[in-house]
Amino acid sequence: MENDLLVRMHNITKKFPGVLANDRVNFELRAGEIHALVGENGAGKTTLMNILYGIYQPDDGEIYIRGRRTVIKSPKEAIKLGIGMVHQHFTLISTLTVAENIILGEPSTRLIAPIKDVENRIRRISESYGLKVNPKARVWELSVGERQKVEIIKTLYRGAEILILDEPTSVLTPMEIVELFRVLRRMVNEEKGVVFITHKLDEVLAIGDRATVLRRGRVVGTVDVSKTCREELAEMMIGRKVVANQYDKKSIVGSTILEIENLCVNDDKGLEAVKNVSLQISKGEILGIAGVAGNGQRELAEAVAGLRRVKHGRIVLDGEEITNIGVKKVIEKGVAYIPEDRISMGIVSDLNIAENIILRKYRYKPYSNNLFLNFKFINSFSAELIDKFNIVTSSINTPVKLLSGGNIQKLILARELSGNPKLIVAVNPTAGLDIGATDYVRRKLIEMRNNGKAILLVSEDLEEVISLSDRIVVMYGGRITGILRPEDVSIEKIGLLMTGGGSEN
Amino acid sequence: MIGDVESLLNAALRVSTPLLFATLGEIYTEKSGVINLGLEGIMAMGALTAFSTTLLTGNIILGVIAATITGGAMGFIHAFMSIALRANQIVSGLAITMLGLGISELIGRIHYTGVPLPLRLQVIPIPYLSNIPVVGPLLFNHDPLTYLSLVLALTMWFILFKTKAGIIIRAVGENPFAADAIGINVYIVRYLCTVVGGMLTGLGGAYLSVVYRPAFQPGMTAGLGWIAVALTIFALWSPLRAIFGAALFGGLRALEFRLQPLGIPPNIVATLPYLFTIIVLTIGTRGMMRRIVEAPSSLGVPYVRGEK
Amino acid sequence: MRIKLEKRENITRTLSITVTLFSVLVAMIFIGLIFQVIGVNPVLAYIMIFHGSLGSIYGLSETIVKTIPILLCSTGLAIAFRAAMFNIGAEGQLLMGAIASTYIALYVIPNSQSIIIIPLMFIMGFAAGALWALIPAILKTKLSVNEVITTLMMNYIAEQLTMYLTTGPWRGVELWGFPYTENIPIQAYLPCISGTRIHYPTLIIGLCAAALIHVFISRSKIGYEIRVVGGSREAARYAGISYVRVALITMTISGGLAGVAGVGEVAGIHHRLSPFKISSGYGYTAIIAAWLGKLNPIVTLVASFFIGTLLVGGDILQVKLNLPYATVNIFNGVILLFIIGGELLLRYRVRVVM
Repeated sequence: MENDLLVRMHNITKKFPGVLANDRVNFELRAGEIHALVGENGAGKTTLMNILYGIYQPDDGEIYIRGRRTVIKSPKEAIKLGIGMVHQHFTLISTLTVAENIILGEPSTRLIAPIKDVENRIRRISESYGLKVNPKARVWELSVGERQKVEIIKTLYRGAEILILDEPTSVLTPMEIVELFRVLRRMVNEEKGVVFITHKLDEVLAIGDRATVLRRGRVVGTVDVSKTCREELAEMMIGRKVVANQYDKKSIVGSTILEIENLCVNDDKGLEAVKNVSLQISKGEILGIAGVAGNGQRELAEAVAGLRRVKHGRIVLDGEEITNIGVKKVIEKGVAYIPEDRISMGIVSDLNIAENIILRKYRYKPYSNNLFLNFKFINSFSAELIDKFNIVTSSINTPVKLLSGGNIQKLILARELSGNPKLIVAVNPTAGLDIGATDYVRRKLIEMRNNGKAILLVSEDLEEVISLSDRIVVMYGGRITGILRPEDVSIEKIGLLMTGGGSEN
Repeated sequence: MIGDVESLLNAALRVSTPLLFATLGEIYTEKSGVINLGLEGIMAMGALTAFSTTLLTGNIILGVIAATITGGAMGFIHAFMSIALRANQIVSGLAITMLGLGISELIGRIHYTGVPLPLRLQVIPIPYLSNIPVVGPLLFNHDPLTYLSLVLALTMWFILFKTKAGIIIRAVGENPFAADAIGINVYIVRYLCTVVGGMLTGLGGAYLSVVYRPAFQPGMTAGLGWIAVALTIFALWSPLRAIFGAALFGGLRALEFRLQPLGIPPNIVATLPYLFTIIVLTIGTRGMMRRIVEAPSSLGVPYVRGEK
Repeated sequence: MRIKLEKRENITRTLSITVTLFSVLVAMIFIGLIFQVIGVNPVLAYIMIFHGSLGSIYGLSETIVKTIPILLCSTGLAIAFRAAMFNIGAEGQLLMGAIASTYIALYVIPNSQSIIIIPLMFIMGFAAGALWALIPAILKTKLSVNEVITTLMMNYIAEQLTMYLTTGPWRGVELWGFPYTENIPIQAYLPCISGTRIHYPTLIIGLCAAALIHVFISRSKIGYEIRVVGGSREAARYAGISYVRVALITMTISGGLAGVAGVGEVAGIHHRLSPFKISSGYGYTAIIAAWLGKLNPIVTLVASFFIGTLLVGGDILQVKLNLPYATVNIFNGVILLFIIGGELLLRYRVRVVM
């Protein structure tokens, strides 16, 4: 078995503008093993597998498939080599049937081919691996778990021997996860190889044979799962970087200004994303929400900002109930929101800087009087903010789509922070920004905190959460799994809380 | 009475043929994600080309082929504007309609008004079948183009829903990003479908000037192109349903004047196709129904790889 | 060798104007070629068009007459398109305004004074057009029904309605085989500038509308909301702007202005309702004017005037060169194609890569 190397990736390096996604990564996959690829968001796991699947080309390094050095220029070539990938976002056409989706793009089927044969072959595959799915069903009728089965069958239909799964369990119920593991075991018993990308450590322990941990684009180590434990994996994943208090925080924590009681909020698909969450934030405090994306943090933030309906529970700001009163009133009550999606929500790209600065406040004095906007005030105010927030631009009339990401974020900050808000909700405020802009944003948030504002910070960047927050709340699966002080944070503990283990409340 | 009904049905079927051609074409175009509002203009140009070519060469088949080619060329212009130039598809289609109507009327008025076509496409009754009482004369006593339209409808339905080519077309219209990710060339599929759509519409126009009323008159398309756009939606983008839809809409058209003695104004009847379309579109767009309706999700949106 | 398209970062106003003018110029040359092909001297044709439409007082006045309905419709369209509501229904909304004003003049208060009839016609005309636009608007906002198709369908329904009324219940005199209603009473005639057919009340409404809407879009709160909604519905939601409110307001104004255009054509020009004469496609032509005017009311005003000259030119070509009026459609179609083709140059930089 030792010599049965299906895949060997050697010294793989991949750079994107501003970030080194893979830094001299070595990775191997043996026949008959389930190899877990572990790491936080942005660690480089998906990039590495995208390289294996031919979506990206490595800047450096080699790939060996079954001992032979190969260059994989496209997914089509990868498929020919027997590599199949199930992405996080399914590439299924929902109005077509299962069978139609599977033969789509399948080179061997002729252009005018009858569907009956395809359906039969699908049935054979699904029976031999336990992937029950009706070939005639239309994809929109299927549950997420069933859709994933279709994606897997798609790869098997094309003769995949090497199967890559990108965070497959993030969309599955516990029952479906058990089923998936059963299927994977059957596959590797036939000497196939499976790469299982995940950040969930208990799954690694449950199903993995070996695990490779990536952190910031580098391999931390490859271990035998039977010989390791959760704590060791967590430590490898998150690292021992000391995150001391780098910022000058005055110790003024005042009275409670935001109370969230038993909040239940649904996501876009109608499933419960926030499950019975209760929190308080005080004046002059930064409450950081840590956790891997997709565990309800975004929905929580949107609910507080008035952008998402609350199913059950209450949100009380400064003594007043603001549950479900609508975005306009929430803005009036003094809640600022720095959205995760800068470009499509935070700004209107065709309008200029001045027009974007007034986006949330245009209807109030002195931005406008009665029917008309007060451009005199707007222009001078914008010029002031550009100065105060160091936004690099030639004039207030520049269309914002020309600004850099950092400057756009500064504009959003300038807009949201200048209105003397009581509460600031920020979601991933430094995502995609360079070091200078990132530092600026963080200092601004600290400044607001020191001025007595309350901040609800949601961030996937654990270092950011730890260094900025006064208290840290960890969310997993829509619930709070722990509330810690940054001084009390040990990497192992927070890693566990983030990945579903050791819940304490 | 029977004779009346028979003649009504015959009339309905004859009006529905050009409608069916154009609708089949637009179904493929829209299924691939492109909306072509130039049908009225393309049909007019098809009518003109068929008429003039037939007159010039004395051969009806050549005329029909010429119309098909012209339609394809105009479809290509729209495809080019919409796909390569990423222009607004609504506006591009409208421009083509204006262009087609303008050119056909310009040339038609100067050269062909009042000129009768010496040839005519003969009705070809199918032996034995056309003798079946009631159904016989109705279905099997028509000209070749009408037969062609029905055969095409069945074939195009089969291709679209039972073959890989059809799956590719539908995938491109529904989710071009996924299709591209799978390796399908979205652009080529859309070009092909739009050109085919134009060809069929040109063919429909040929029918008008060569069979239906062998003469060329400016304005003879009389909104059929627009009705085809409506019919595409009314038929919920299925070639089979298009047959019934075309017959229905054609029937409504034929009915317009026949109901007059009953006191129902023809104009009110004439609004029915358009009213029907709005109603069907409304019902079809509502949430759950949308899935069943199969409106291509990317309709009208230019596909740009890598652009969000 | 390949052609690469790079998204252009900055579109200056100068560039925008240059590309538009260039597109129009190329279009005119192309049309000249078409003229050549059918045996008409293009230079002669163009001279006739511009001399006829701009070279005399009469010509100029006729150009203004044609400009009025286009101006009203295109101004309304500019505001609707700005909010990303693609109203293709100006034609039908215009007809509804015509119907409403005919109804008022012939059957509701035919014996009243001008001072009552005329304002009432305009108000009801606006209301009729607005209502006609609101139906597709509500279908769009509440049920997400595509407004392009619905507004288009409403055009045909309006057309049939007009034909029904003029050949049925409102049937009047028949002239040269065409159905018409009775003439509206003299009190309902819109006053014209003496010696011309320019019905100035409608013109004034149009000019005021263009000016007001220009001011409102760029300076008012609601104008701002319209621009945000048209730019990004997500951002509008984030800003607490009601998409429904914006959509309904813009469609109301758009339909209403088209309705006013219809009133003008009935009460100012033809003085009776007729399906064939009232609108020779003004509603569709206005789309071109609005697009040419880049959805800016003031530029659209200029574009409307330009289109007006072409329409009058079409009349002249018909009279002097025996070309059918449909030639105007060719102008419209070609110009539009070249404009939207030219937009590519505006949005992208074209690079040839070796």
